[in-house]
Amino acid sequence: MAAAQKPKLAVWKFASCDGCQLSLLDCEDELLAVAGAIEIANFPEASRAVSKGPYDVSLVEGSITTPHDEERIHAIRRNSKVLVTIGACATAGGIQALRNFKDVAEFTSIVYAKPEYIETLNKSTPIKDHVFVDFELRGCPVNKYQVVEVLSAFLHGRKPNIPNYGVCMECKRKGIACVMVASGVPCMGPVTLAGCGALCPSYARGCFGCFGPKDTPNTAALSTAWGGLGVSEAELVRAYRTFNAYAEPFRKESEAHEH
Amino acid sequence: MSTKNLKVDILARVEGEGALYVKMKDQKVTELQLRIFEPPRFFEAFLRGRKFNEVPDITARICGICPVAYQMSSCQAIEDAAGVLVEGPLRDLRRLLYCGEWIESHALHIYLLHAPDFLGYDDLVHMAQYYPDVARRGLRLKKIGNDIMKLVGGREIHPINVKVGGFYKAPSKEELAGLEEDLKWGLLAAIETVRWVSSFSFPAFEREYEFVALRGAGEYPLDRGRLVSSSGLDIAVKDYEQYFVEEHVEHSNALHSIMRDRGAYFVGPMARFALNFDLLSPLAQEAARSAGLAGGCKNPYRSIIVRAVELVYAFDEALRLVKSYELPAKPFVGAEPRSSTGYGCTEAPRGILYHRYRFDDHGLVLDAKIVPPTSQNQKSIEEDLRQFIEANVEMDKDKLQWHCEQAIRNYDPCISCGTHYLKLDLEGA
Repeated sequence: MAAAQKPKLAVWKFASCDGCQLSLLDCEDELLAVAGAIEIANFPEASRAVSKGPYDVSLVEGSITTPHDEERIHAIRRNSKVLVTIGACATAGGIQALRNFKDVAEFTSIVYAKPEYIETLNKSTPIKDHVFVDFELRGCPVNKYQVVEVLSAFLHGRKPNIPNYGVCMECKRKGIACVMVASGVPCMGPVTLAGCGALCPSYARGCFGCFGPKDTPNTAALSTAWGGLGVSEAELVRAYRTFNAYAEPFRKESEAHEH
Repeated sequence: MSTKNLKVDILARVEGEGALYVKMKDQKVTELQLRIFEPPRFFEAFLRGRKFNEVPDITARICGICPVAYQMSSCQAIEDAAGVLVEGPLRDLRRLLYCGEWIESHALHIYLLHAPDFLGYDDLVHMAQYYPDVARRGLRLKKIGNDIMKLVGGREIHPINVKVGGFYKAPSKEELAGLEEDLKWGLLAAIETVRWVSSFSFPAFEREYEFVALRGAGEYPLDRGRLVSSSGLDIAVKDYEQYFVEEHVEHSNALHSIMRDRGAYFVGPMARFALNFDLLSPLAQEAARSAGLAGGCKNPYRSIIVRAVELVYAFDEALRLVKSYELPAKPFVGAEPRSSTGYGCTEAPRGILYHRYRFDDHGLVLDAKIVPPTSQNQKSIEEDLRQFIEANVEMDKDKLQWHCEQAIRNYDPCISCGTHYLKLDLEGA
């Protein structure tokens, strides 16, 4: 039966805001066509229909923050031919990884009246710290067209066409004047992975690092340049500590300015 | 005497974020817990020490479905702490952005999450095989909401253009005018949506709720107003914590909100509608009347109609804002809080979203409090389930399971993803 041969797609959620899987549903023009080409075998945000694995492609959103989730990701890996992580939570631990720099017990007591009810790990970690990941798609949130590109690449057995250069390249291509050079606005574009289409600079704002570090980022040089614009050490620490705070280049650079 | 336990594991196959546990004795519910397992993320803790201007980008990440609501409530609270009120075209732009989020979120819930229940399909994709035109209409409505957010906010999820005091860049009159044709189509399609969803059949179920919503001054509430209730509450936002408290219960990672000395209350479209009907646009009022809602709505299963009426309003309001827009002289006004506390509350698609921040003399957050709509509705959801299950003990298992799922989805909770699967176990004890 032709229907039975459609590749199976599963979408899984860990600690996250749901935004990255929502990007799939935000493909309003493509959604019905995509659903015609694949079987949506497990996607709770969109459907109550479920079929058993193994799944051809699993998209995983969110970070690992509980003992239970630490186990669950292994079961998903065993049931997935290809496992792709989507978004800053799944690829870098997300904004909830800010706990990694602090004492989680203190955090729990700030938010919850009865911390003994809360079961949580000391650190929020990316999926790749727990299982083998076939491809990481970054962004907070991911770019929905990149999601479609990655899906279609894996379903056709080719390499996804996702750039590994920085946001600066996108600015140059779009002909946007450098906000740092022309207006003195601190911008993380030089060390941040492309993928958003240089969104913030095109809105007269400095990049704030949604897509995390690009390949071989020169964070030290950027920090020096920001210092020249009057940015303090404390502000530098906070700039690197947002949605991709626990990605190694950003983590190390933030620690270098923490006194 | 018979004792029965009812266990509903939501999201059974992904060992999910939520579950329902019911203990019964003599056909009475003796214990009912809506358990939320969504892992804690500690936003209020790590906001401490952040600069005021970083807050809207951080709180947006609480929810990918309603990031604008988080940005709007935090901006309002921060500006309140700075003693600034954003008015004129900047406020209009914010309302337009908010309309975009309401349209996207309501269309998502009506067409993709809720309607398939009433028609007996697993999802929109299955529904599209039988109702292709309806499915396409739903997706186009949703897309127009996203187009507004993309233009005004920079992108659909976690917009980047929102700033304390206004925006980084204001769109031109021409850019906004580009939305007009789609908005006109959307207004008609939203009216058609009201007609469509009001033809569904609904379980007979009504309760007396205490509805709580903002009440705007002269306009249906989105971005500001006083907090009012159907039992006569009428307070300023800054007094919220005197009347509402959060409880931490063992079975849930979401804090439960209650009204002091009064218990459960109800926020969201049905509450806004009940308290602000006179402030809806004439077209939205007419759509509500023709759908039989003139006398109000106390059946949460019919909330899908109210949501559709709000969809009509959001298109109408967006169209008005686009037509009257004039480019502001500056995209933002200055607002810097120093050694002060600020309060904010706006109407997220799912109901009131309260924020409070205290700042030190450098504008760094000393402490923060955020109360999302879903935790405010949690107790009402539990009470709905309790009453529904007791009234329908004899119902067959699959049907009861489905109605329990729907009872939760009526509220469009942010765990709606988690409430799509229910596995029902009936255990005689």
